[in-house]
Amino acid sequence: MKDIEIADIKKIAEVVKVTYDYDFTNYAMSSFKRRIQRIMDMHKFASVDLLVKRIREDKEFFEEFIVEITVNVTEMFRDPSFWRVLRDDVIPAIMLNHDKIRIWHAGCSSGEEVFSMAIMLKEMGLLQNASIIATDLDKEILKKAKTGKYTLKNMELNEKNYIRFQGKTTLKDYYTEQGNHAVLDPNLVMNVSFREHDLVRGQVFNKFDLVLCRNVMIYFNQTLQNEVLKKFHESLFKYGYLIIGSKESLIWCDIANKFIVVNNEEKVYKKFKD
Amino acid sequence: MNKYNLSNKYKAVVIGGSAGSFQGVAKILSQLPNGFPIPIIMCLHRLKHVRNGFVEALSIKSVRDVIEPYDKQHIKKEYVYLAPANYHMSIELGHHFSLSTEEMINNSRPAIDITLGSTGYVFKDKTIGILLSGANKDGALGMKQIHDKGGLTIVQDPKECMIDTMPSAALAVTEIDYVLKIEEIVSFLNELNSHYK
Repeated sequence: MKDIEIADIKKIAEVVKVTYDYDFTNYAMSSFKRRIQRIMDMHKFASVDLLVKRIREDKEFFEEFIVEITVNVTEMFRDPSFWRVLRDDVIPAIMLNHDKIRIWHAGCSSGEEVFSMAIMLKEMGLLQNASIIATDLDKEILKKAKTGKYTLKNMELNEKNYIRFQGKTTLKDYYTEQGNHAVLDPNLVMNVSFREHDLVRGQVFNKFDLVLCRNVMIYFNQTLQNEVLKKFHESLFKYGYLIIGSKESLIWCDIANKFIVVNNEEKVYKKFKD
Repeated sequence: MNKYNLSNKYKAVVIGGSAGSFQGVAKILSQLPNGFPIPIIMCLHRLKHVRNGFVEALSIKSVRDVIEPYDKQHIKKEYVYLAPANYHMSIELGHHFSLSTEEMINNSRPAIDITLGSTGYVFKDKTIGILLSGANKDGALGMKQIHDKGGLTIVQDPKECMIDTMPSAALAVTEIDYVLKIEEIVSFLNELNSHYK
């Protein structure tokens, strides 16, 4: 198997940018290379040039390409200890001064985190007080997110996480089984607005009390992480919260000095400077 | 004591292990020569949902700090790095780590193939790959990638392994330079160290 070269990666990023105005130039090389390899294997492309040609000429194929290039592996209540901190510390701190809470899930993927949030807020009696926007660059995955339909196999893990989160009941109360799938109660996300938005090209579009972007920026290089963090900073009200993945860090970012660390273990930050 | 024909060209040691590897890793880390000159990067299969405890358990044994790197953290030679729970860990050309939550590989996340393969890609013939005891074939492909880049490959002697599936799989798919017992891996690292004085 021939290695995909950096020049190949650049060729692909270039054709995507020129033809479709998506910018993958500053994606982290290692994972982006694996995603390209995965697509090459799936569609049995003999060379990168053939892949480039297909992207350029076939818009439908490009949609598929976007689905595969983005990583959509997630869990409900991933990192249960984080969700406990969110429930016990962060949300109560926000509600101290607000009647309403404005939340942005940036890079919501197939929606597990959005449904987790809705369930948690419901158990806190706050779901009606929340206005939630969930975004992703991938149209197809947003459709999936809205339906909240997950395989029963995945629900086992989700249930385990929920138990560790110490929820009030059982996840089973929130879904119905349909064949091999669990379909989450659509009422949970009735007031969630799912929207197409690309963190790379997209503009700041609103202000929030809480922005969650967990395990999304790991697919970006540091240049791009910096740019995206500036957008998050701008999208937060002063004293709003930013939450990133448990192994991500703001330490190396230009904008780090405008945030304080609220909880280092769970990567909860608070904007304290405009 | 020049048994292994080494030099001071090597830039990274990368270790993979699974079932039955903890004791071996602990022994290697506890007997690392003082001031060992290059970073040690480890990917060990572990419980996906237990974030804490593992690195602490290894740190107790190790003569040098064991850390689970953050995404984009730079590699320094003073540390032993361990792939964090539920993330794949790769090395980037800029000599920093990238983490990812991509699909499991060989039913594993972290997958040893990813850490081994990316280390080989970045450090090429300056990579030393070591694969220890384990019950699946994760790591075999990564060892092949290290070998294909001209790196040096070592597997734990299958006879000594609690479960030899992993080193045996590597032996089946690629050329392995040395088949060693843990004790011998320790003296290998000592010999390597002596070349940097």
